[in-house]
Amino acid sequence: MTLTQWGELSNLAFASATVVYVLAFVAHTAEWAMARQVGSDAATQRQPELVGAAGAERSDALATPRLDRAAATRDEQVVDRWDLFGRIGLSLTVLAFGIHLVGVLARGLAAERVPWGNMFEFNTTGALTVAGAYLVAARIFRLRWIGLLVTGFVSVVLAISMLVPAMYVAPGPLVPALHSYWLVIHVAAAAISGGAFAVGAATSVLFLIRQRAEARGRVSGVWTRMPGTAYLDRVAFRVHAFAFPLWTFAVLVAGPIWAQYAWGRYWGWDPKEIWAFITFVVYAAYLHARATAGWQGRRAAYLALAAFATFLFNYVGINLFASGLHSYAGV
Amino acid sequence: MGRTRTASAPALTPMELARWAWRQLTSMRTALILLFLLALAAVPGSIIPQQAISPSDVFAFRQANPDLSRWYDRLGLFHVYTSAWFGAVYVLLMLSLVGCIVPRLRHYWRGFRAEPPTAPRHLARLPAHHEWESDAPVEEVRGAAVRVLRSARFRLREYDDEAGRRVVAAERGRLREGGNLVFHLSVLVVLTGVAIGSLFGFTGGAYLVEGQGFSNSLTQYDEFKPGALFDTADLAPFTLTLEDFEASYQTQGDQRGAPRSFDAEVSYQAAPGAPTQQAGLQVNEPLEIDDTSIFLVGNGYAPEITVRDGSGRVVFSGPVPFLPQDSSMTSFGVVKVPDAQPTSLGFEGYFLPTAAITPERGPHSIFPEALDPAVVLTGYRGDLGMDDGRPQSVFVLDKEELTQLEADGEPFRLLLRPGQSRQLPGGLGSISFDGVSRATQLQISHTPGKGIALGGVLLGLAGLVTSLYIRPRRAWVRISGADGRTVVEAAGLDRVSGGDLDTALGRWVQQIRARTDEPAGQKELSS
Repeated sequence: MTLTQWGELSNLAFASATVVYVLAFVAHTAEWAMARQVGSDAATQRQPELVGAAGAERSDALATPRLDRAAATRDEQVVDRWDLFGRIGLSLTVLAFGIHLVGVLARGLAAERVPWGNMFEFNTTGALTVAGAYLVAARIFRLRWIGLLVTGFVSVVLAISMLVPAMYVAPGPLVPALHSYWLVIHVAAAAISGGAFAVGAATSVLFLIRQRAEARGRVSGVWTRMPGTAYLDRVAFRVHAFAFPLWTFAVLVAGPIWAQYAWGRYWGWDPKEIWAFITFVVYAAYLHARATAGWQGRRAAYLALAAFATFLFNYVGINLFASGLHSYAGV
Repeated sequence: MGRTRTASAPALTPMELARWAWRQLTSMRTALILLFLLALAAVPGSIIPQQAISPSDVFAFRQANPDLSRWYDRLGLFHVYTSAWFGAVYVLLMLSLVGCIVPRLRHYWRGFRAEPPTAPRHLARLPAHHEWESDAPVEEVRGAAVRVLRSARFRLREYDDEAGRRVVAAERGRLREGGNLVFHLSVLVVLTGVAIGSLFGFTGGAYLVEGQGFSNSLTQYDEFKPGALFDTADLAPFTLTLEDFEASYQTQGDQRGAPRSFDAEVSYQAAPGAPTQQAGLQVNEPLEIDDTSIFLVGNGYAPEITVRDGSGRVVFSGPVPFLPQDSSMTSFGVVKVPDAQPTSLGFEGYFLPTAAITPERGPHSIFPEALDPAVVLTGYRGDLGMDDGRPQSVFVLDKEELTQLEADGEPFRLLLRPGQSRQLPGGLGSISFDGVSRATQLQISHTPGKGIALGGVLLGLAGLVTSLYIRPRRAWVRISGADGRTVVEAAGLDRVSGGDLDTALGRWVQQIRARTDEPAGQKELSS
């Protein structure tokens, strides 16, 4: 294939992946809509145990009083449908991730280099690591619940990258400043930790939703299948504990070493460096608060979200509005 | 505090007050608040232009907002990272950090040598607990427990308790706290490295035209920023010459004009009399001479200009470095001709590598490569101000004592292509544009302590990973024998949350039982 053909394949793959992510998002929306239906009427107030066990031990339902049985059967159907939509969402996300990965690889082949040279490429690769981190987390931690947030986020990022004319950049060679193998190390570490931070933030959001439901006593129906707050809190911590050392490596080891080679100083308070440092400090505060000061639950979740906000600002705000040495945005 | 100030309560002595302040400063909450303050304090530097990073932006900002700039000056907002308040935050943070880790170091040292603690009386009350009976004698169960726990990397201690039961006490995960302490200490190491670099190092810049030489002494630098304790006698005695510079640019597509490669070729001598060596210099690939690094950080053009005065004598000839102003390399520069007669001459204007002139933008360049070069200049006559000893920039014309040249009542402007020449008005002479040389912006710097800083960060990272992933855990196995039966209790305790203790303890119990519950015949075989 020629370079142009690889470029076309890449764009086609990004466009298709966006469509499939949107379909996954729709499926997850339906999943959450089902979750709201179950246990909504008075007759099913006692359903938590029953529905919670529905999948595994359906025979138990037969033992319930006759009055509740109709509602129970209806709820059971809803739970089945809820699970079906969730599975469809997850399967579509896996499919979309595969197509997305092809897009990123084809982009690299079209440009004959790692596809990390401008903001379009950071967007598409960043969205890929977010989706990838989510799929890993969904497998390890049973976190399909954050599928709605993740597919929504990834769809929006990809759609903006493809549709906003100023954002799209055709594949081409790198500017000399990026000719370094540190590009691979630095960007890969930052992108992977970014994907994990996104999953950590989504988990913290899920934690807050779940906690509110618990506080209002509305944990019934499908909600009983959602992992509890203690579990979500622990998962959020573990995801962040994975992402933070990687981020530290990306911005305080790989970044400065490369900066020393490229710009003759390892740290120079460039806007990107400042915000990478701020992100580091706020996540450090999160881990510090969580690990030693005993801040668990809600306060820690808000802190994690604040830290993710600084990360996003560093990516979007600084790339678009600040001029500095990291201005490779190509927009 | 408020309550203790009532009449009945005794006032704090200065010593008590100091102790109270120290306890507050070194508390975990204060450390968190200081971390947030540090993040917050770093923000303005990303919004307001910084003197140390982009002096020209600061200059432009001052011109545009004179009133605001006065306030910014009072608050040190043009140099955030060297300001007193930023320093105060991180010095307080360092103090808090030291105050926090010194007692912990002492505690850790003592704990490090301590043996695993004795078993609590009621093992059943611990978060994970198993109890079973075994046919195997006490000694055999003990042996199995020791082997299993040791292979799970526990440190062990054995003793008989007051009830005569055999206890295997196990502990592991000491390194978690160790990693945590290392991480905190590494912050100090990094700061030491950074401090050494900024005190004893220097950074300088030199603009070099092809064929031009540079010897590493103060006068040769266009700009020079030494650390507070840097001694110019420590400058490495090298000389170098820029032999050649090549740049290539994207010629088509969306990114037309984007640079694709910069390659400089230099020859250098590490010291007078040393052999001359050749080296390539590229972005990302600095040249190291004697612990001094030479970086290719920019490039530009130097049009070759010849000026003859009224008598026809050549009074100036050579390449003149011009400074690029935009991505198409529209470059600004000045030509100073102090020796012209009857008066000194000066010129300023633009070099355009690929020239275009439009009514809106005037003369400008549309492509960074010298495809269709031109110089556009205006001329001045009078005193260039070069004789009174004040240092002058080669890129600025001091127009105080100069008069602009005029032709037909209009300011005199000239546009020259390579090889062209033009007479100056009033018989002052002529100027010609002979060709184009390339120039490079070199950054030359010496940063001692960078190895210490890097070592510190790596140490910190190792400490961080250790403190996040090592799980301090305690386990006890208590064995008592009575009436030919052996009763075994196993229990575990995690000292940090988030671990899956139940599964782990279950696995160890299974392994112990597998070693002791087997029929006698198989036992022989497996041992």
